[in-house]
Amino acid sequence: MENREVRLGGFGGQGVILAGMILGRAKSIFEDKYATLTQDFGPEARGGAASCAVILSDDPILYPNVFNPDVLLAMSQGALDKYIDGLQKGGILVIEEDLVKVGNIDPSIKVFACPATRFAEEIGRKIVLNIVMYGFLVAVSDLVTEEIARKGVEASIPSGTEKLNFAAFEKGYQYGIEQKEKLG
Amino acid sequence: MKADPKRVLTGNHFINGNHAATEGAIAAGCTFAAGYPITPSTEIVERIASRFPRVGGMFVQMEDEIASSICLQGGVWSGRKSMTVTSGPGMSLMMEHVGLAHITETPCVFINVQRAGPSTGLPTKTAQGDMMQAKWGSHGDYECIALSPSSPQECFDLTIDCFNLSEEYRMPVFLMSDEMTGHMTEKVVIPPADQIELVERKFYTGSEKYLPYKREANGVPLMSKAGLGHNYHITGLTHDEQGYPVLTKKVQEEMMEGMMKKVGDNVDKLTRYEEFMMEDADIALVSYGISFRMAYKAMEMAREKGIKVGLLKMITCWPFPEKPITELAQKVNSMIMVELNYGQMFLEMDRFANKYCETDLCGSSGGEVHEPEEILTKILEAAKK
Repeated sequence: MENREVRLGGFGGQGVILAGMILGRAKSIFEDKYATLTQDFGPEARGGAASCAVILSDDPILYPNVFNPDVLLAMSQGALDKYIDGLQKGGILVIEEDLVKVGNIDPSIKVFACPATRFAEEIGRKIVLNIVMYGFLVAVSDLVTEEIARKGVEASIPSGTEKLNFAAFEKGYQYGIEQKEKLG
Repeated sequence: MKADPKRVLTGNHFINGNHAATEGAIAAGCTFAAGYPITPSTEIVERIASRFPRVGGMFVQMEDEIASSICLQGGVWSGRKSMTVTSGPGMSLMMEHVGLAHITETPCVFINVQRAGPSTGLPTKTAQGDMMQAKWGSHGDYECIALSPSSPQECFDLTIDCFNLSEEYRMPVFLMSDEMTGHMTEKVVIPPADQIELVERKFYTGSEKYLPYKREANGVPLMSKAGLGHNYHITGLTHDEQGYPVLTKKVQEEMMEGMMKKVGDNVDKLTRYEEFMMEDADIALVSYGISFRMAYKAMEMAREKGIKVGLLKMITCWPFPEKPITELAQKVNSMIMVELNYGQMFLEMDRFANKYCETDLCGSSGGEVHEPEEILTKILEAAKK
């Protein structure tokens, strides 16, 4: 398998880095393969913007940087604007529908939009928007299987929050499956 | 002795190199740390501050690095395995007490998560610019033991090794990590406690007067600690077996010979390295720490072009692995050191290799890891010669 490279970006507080951690944990611990997560540690990580990159592979990963991911998850306009040029042709763009507007992009890029913040509010707590988004990402990207992805969530959340987080994951995942079928 | 199961987080973890190093220290039996948080090493002291109190350890946040580097030595003489953690600017401030730890033969661990310098440099970006500082940064002569990790897994494994070596040789030992390795998150497998072998401190238990610098057959003096009832003197001045200052050439020579030989006589035992695709190699890359990974990638790219390239990864950087480097130099046409500085370990490699083969440096200002293509360019140049 070729490496899969994912860039996740958003506002600090949306939980984008945790979403990346869950993805990497799912692949490396529960699929017993390899994942390398790197974070932006510039001054920009200490305020508005937060981002991380995850490389997933069946083989040990050497080069840790990600400049041209094949999946970009943007949960803020800033993240989209900053990283869209790096997204590979034919890549997958996943956005928070209510927070991100997509302008002119390469027509080969498949765009999937999810109103994760609204869904999270419906589920009961806005804090799980990253888990909704993660479930959606898993459904549209085939980065890891649903079962493996779910184990990643289970291992990454505080005890007592399982019901809420699994509901969030389920919502995002199911919506992702629907959108994927709809867009072919 | 085996590690204490209560101190070992056995299992598979997805954690960064800094957190992995902390778990390595805890597994190794470290119960005292003094530090002054500095990017990019801060995650280590954060985790120490949160984890140590739960496993019978203590962390003191000091007023600065100078205080941290002496406080940790007090921890050692009270009987605890002790460490401090910093990055380049802090390491510079600690240098006086690195010398003190050497002359007092105090077993302790310094973790340096390197960032680009000099001075404040690039706090959040990687480099390997402190490699010579670890060996030469404090004044006077001393031998250095330094290991360099290239992944979060090695941050865990090598931190344990650093503690074991510090106790075995009764001296400070350096873990030379870097920003990228420290902040990178990967799978870290922490084995069961009964699979982690630890070297415990050897205390004097005899009935005669304790002599803090009387060398045993292996060249290493026994330790004491507060509470054992021994009266002894520890000083940064040149001292005799009793630890009292004797300011003569004779005693200086005896003291220095003992200190230098502890490491000097054991270079082969301390030398750890791995070789990749070296069987038929005409060109050898040499690297360590995070740069090893980019060198490996470049080696694969060169092999695809039919160029016979191998790679030697130094795990021990100090003492310098002179024997494998010298032997390798006699087998290959060219050797290239890949490191994130303007040529530090390169100087050592060149010293041993240049009478046998061509040598070159693939260096960097620091700030980012090498692009594998940069290393490939150096390989292609070497292949033309």
